[in-house]
Amino acid sequence: MTAPAMSQTEASETYVSDEAARAEYVAAARSAAWRRRLLPVGAAILLLVLWELAVVVFQVRPFIAPAPTAVAATLYAKFGLLIGNLAPTATEAVSGFIIGNVAAIVIAAGFVYQRTAEEAFFPIAVMVHTIPVMAYAPILVLLLGNGLSAKVAIAALICFFPTLVNMTRGLRAVTSQQMELMRILSASPSEIFFKLRLKCSLPYLFAALKIAAATSVIGAIVGEWIGATTGIGALIIQATYNFDSPLLYATIVVGSAFSAAFFGVISWLESHFLKWNVAQSG
Amino acid sequence: MSQAALKRTPEAPEASESPAVRLRNVTVRFTTERGAVTALDRVSMTVARGGFLTLLGPSGCGKSTLLRVVSDLIPATSGEVEVMGASAAAAREARNIGFVFQDASLLAWRTALENVELPLEVGGGAEHRGARSPRELLALVGLSGREKAYPHELSGGMRQRVAIARALVNDPKLLLMDEPFGALDEITRDRLNVELLRVWENTGATILFVTHSIYEAAFLGQQVLLMAARPGRVREVVDVPLPTPRGVEQRETPQFVELTAHLRRVLETC
Repeated sequence: MTAPAMSQTEASETYVSDEAARAEYVAAARSAAWRRRLLPVGAAILLLVLWELAVVVFQVRPFIAPAPTAVAATLYAKFGLLIGNLAPTATEAVSGFIIGNVAAIVIAAGFVYQRTAEEAFFPIAVMVHTIPVMAYAPILVLLLGNGLSAKVAIAALICFFPTLVNMTRGLRAVTSQQMELMRILSASPSEIFFKLRLKCSLPYLFAALKIAAATSVIGAIVGEWIGATTGIGALIIQATYNFDSPLLYATIVVGSAFSAAFFGVISWLESHFLKWNVAQSG
Repeated sequence: MSQAALKRTPEAPEASESPAVRLRNVTVRFTTERGAVTALDRVSMTVARGGFLTLLGPSGCGKSTLLRVVSDLIPATSGEVEVMGASAAAAREARNIGFVFQDASLLAWRTALENVELPLEVGGGAEHRGARSPRELLALVGLSGREKAYPHELSGGMRQRVAIARALVNDPKLLLMDEPFGALDEITRDRLNVELLRVWENTGATILFVTHSIYEAAFLGQQVLLMAARPGRVREVVDVPLPTPRGVEQRETPQFVELTAHLRRVLETC
């Protein structure tokens, strides 16, 4: 923006409105939004059609790779079975998500006020985080048994680290001038926490929560691979061993749909609570 | 800013017995990785109530440190600091001090109005509610109609106006400004300079204004305090002979040109 234009908007006089230009701008923005939505949908349909054609043309056997129509038929025919197996996985993922993130937020808040604790435990947290989920999942199953709690623990652990790291950073993302302002206003430590640090951390928190929404489902599925009779993970193993590829693909579709929906809920919450965030409104 | 101009009655005579700010031999030392740094070296100065003092000097001369000592953000290593006849801490706790930072330091999740209301919500600030409501203050700084705008929807100049309104919400007797217009373009800066003088006349507050613009220092201040660097110390206090109220056209008068030339000559030796 050039300097003269800026000084014009400086004063709070009413802006000159040009209805035609405004309508033109709105129409352009709307068509751009539709483009953004429709192009990926079109591309997905195209890929599905190519896949179907490839299966038909090259006569790929169904247990190697089923055609999209076969997967769709299985989705329809075994919908009850699929949903029945989604329920435990969803319960584990959501419980793990809540437990892991709440723990991470509380510990991050503790770190802000106990620098010693952060210095002592943060490197350990980072080290534990580098262990792949496939490696520690069996340990948790051994510790917690074959039931729900082991899967919840795996999901919680997988959510815990990204949130801990981001939340610790977010709670510290206050500027020195903002802290000076609070000091001049004689703000109490709890006022500084709730009115400044916590708000500053929200964009960081939601970035982590969106990652956690997807990874918590992965954690639950991996937990079910180690030992479970129901759940999306168990169904994946069964379908693979039975060479029931259409069911395997249908299971994956249901699992992904749940992940996407979970992610969508968190994104909606973000746009609802972070209206002020530049990145969101941009 | 004129539309909401509510002229405040002058301070009662007994209030002017002690100066707004008095520093006596104030020294501030920091320890850094390169050893001890003397940010301020035996600084003594006085600002009368209702005065407008600009602090001018090269970077590293301790201008910002001086504001932070006056506002109780940094303790003086030695010497005496007196604000409104009491200690700096007492003045801060009584909400006698308003601070405007170089960047507006608005809270991004609060609207313009909510940002102005912040001092009333924390640190028991509700007890120090000023005569003017946050809404009136936004009008005073020329932002009526933009109460619900978030900081990212406002220009740099508008954000600084919100910060000024926020600093005024407790009716502080002393307003400390740390290069508040340093990041703005010159046209916006000129405009805000004129409007700040109007706010000053309107509120009767004492203002300490840090800048490294010679023109800004000369145009705004009744007095310009020139500081020298390494160690930060008072070099000279210059009275500004320009009449008030001031307008931008006064920058073309011979007195103004002479004054800025003098300030520049002194600065070259700081």
